[in-house]
Amino acid sequence: MAQDGTDVVTVPALTLRSRRRRAPSGLGDRIVLGLFAAAAWLVLLVVVGLFVVLLISAWPAVQSVGIRVLESTAWDPTSGKYGLLSFIYGTLVTSTLALLLAGPVGIGAALLLAEVAPRRLATPVAMLIELLAAVPSVVFGIWGLFVLAPVMRTVIEPALARSLGFLPLFQGYFYGVGMLTAGILLAIMVLPTVTAISRDILEAVPRDQREAMLALGATRWEMLTRAVLPYARSGIVGALVLALGRALGEAMAVVMVIGNKPAISLSLFAPAYTMASVLANEFTEATGKQYVAVLIGIGSALFLISMLVNIGARLLVRRVGAPQRMRTR
Amino acid sequence: MSLALRQAKNVLMLGVTWLCAGVAAALLAIIVIYVVERGAAAFHRSFFTNLPTPVGIPGGGVANAIVGSLMTVGMASVFGIPVGIMAGIYLALLGRGWLADAVRFLSDVLTGVPSIAIGLFAYTIVVVPQKHFSAFSASVALAIIMLPIVVRTTEEAVRLVNPAIREGALALGMEAWKAILFVTVPCARAGIVTGALLSIARVSGESAPLLFTAFGSQFWSFSPSAPTEALPLLVFQYAISPYRDWQQLAWGGALALIIFVFLLNVTARAVFPARSVR
Repeated sequence: MAQDGTDVVTVPALTLRSRRRRAPSGLGDRIVLGLFAAAAWLVLLVVVGLFVVLLISAWPAVQSVGIRVLESTAWDPTSGKYGLLSFIYGTLVTSTLALLLAGPVGIGAALLLAEVAPRRLATPVAMLIELLAAVPSVVFGIWGLFVLAPVMRTVIEPALARSLGFLPLFQGYFYGVGMLTAGILLAIMVLPTVTAISRDILEAVPRDQREAMLALGATRWEMLTRAVLPYARSGIVGALVLALGRALGEAMAVVMVIGNKPAISLSLFAPAYTMASVLANEFTEATGKQYVAVLIGIGSALFLISMLVNIGARLLVRRVGAPQRMRTR
Repeated sequence: MSLALRQAKNVLMLGVTWLCAGVAAALLAIIVIYVVERGAAAFHRSFFTNLPTPVGIPGGGVANAIVGSLMTVGMASVFGIPVGIMAGIYLALLGRGWLADAVRFLSDVLTGVPSIAIGLFAYTIVVVPQKHFSAFSASVALAIIMLPIVVRTTEEAVRLVNPAIREGALALGMEAWKAILFVTVPCARAGIVTGALLSIARVSGESAPLLFTAFGSQFWSFSPSAPTEALPLLVFQYAISPYRDWQQLAWGGALALIIFVFLLNVTARAVFPARSVR
């Protein structure tokens, strides 16, 4: 490449991008640039490999117990009963709860950080929220088990039963561990995801949008709700869907506070199970080919669902074209 | 609606946004305070030097878990970080067309894959063929979790470097690979280090993928091919045990984890504070 004098000197910016039109590049170029490309291929292969391996390993489960297990709630592996419905129910209820709680708070916090607070204050607060995202899930779990669950049992669940006990959702015994506790813990865990991504999206809304609204005499709140939020809607939905993906797949924190009982109950106080938590709780103790196969099948299903949720979310977030901050979850 | 009413609503709702952010910050504070309070009691000298003891015998520690965590995260870093950096450079400077788009998109998606599913993958491709749990299989799972973080941060960091300096090097007759490795990459050093540190921080706290790879152990283990304990795994196993002194060890482990992860995060963001641009 370096020998190709004219090309290099006259259009240097193109030298890297137009390999096909150039004379064969040097050996060093071919090796090192080839390595970079190989690394990119490897990343691609890892994701495709995950997909293929998990799909293939789910197959024995589908073959041996069939798809009918999705209709049954009876989970008793020692006698060959593999009803999965209660796990699906538990997963849906806890992650919906998490979104209902974290969504409004997260969007509110994002509005403050992006629009309301002075930058001097927004930066450190955003930093704190990033740190909340960095807390390992097992730490949320131990906190949930020893601090949140007792408070739920002695204070929050009795209070809910007193005030909203006419709803079937808030009836029954106060266990402390259960779907409500898991939902609240998940809400705390996904709160930073909602906040950080919504904030990026809000900051990408063009200034004109705000100025036009203010020029019409709107208050700041009216400006936010009528000019900024509608513009950012698809991105914020994307942020919520990403949070949903994280809540669906969270295993460790949930397994410590949900009570691990394969049952469907209308009461949010009741112990339950989720797809991720049954995997975390039972996989290493599973005996017998079929039991292991079914658990792997649950894991594969979880992977597929979270892939779909994530792809949808990324497409929504990407459509807004907001620049992203460094993020690890 | 009258102006006064609209303004009152404005003040009220802006106040609500303050409340929302306050809730988020307060939650972090509450969790950290509890972990520090409960965990600090476990921090005596033997905590860092001893093996866990059987129930009822004082003086137990988590030294084997610390060694196991260092070993698995260390191996994962060796596998994951170089590949991630190279792929990131590829995306920033060389990649075009469908491959770059696919890698970019899939690594974003990979960030959202449940870590327990990645553990299951490592179990299937490493533990099952080898027929035993191992630190190595755990590091494979952790390396996969690290990849997208390193790839995307490296890409953004390298992209931020002014292309003119690389073009200058090319114009002086430098080969492309030398221009990238010795001119562009050193300029992006801070961002690349940040990506590496953040990825280490992320996987240091991961417990779900270790359940069926590292598996856990009560003893010292220095071999990559043996089952090993790791700090997040120990926190989980001892927290759900019914014994007070084991729970105490779990709180100590949680505090050690939080300190390590926070230090790495704060360092990483101090090294490269600029917001990244896609």
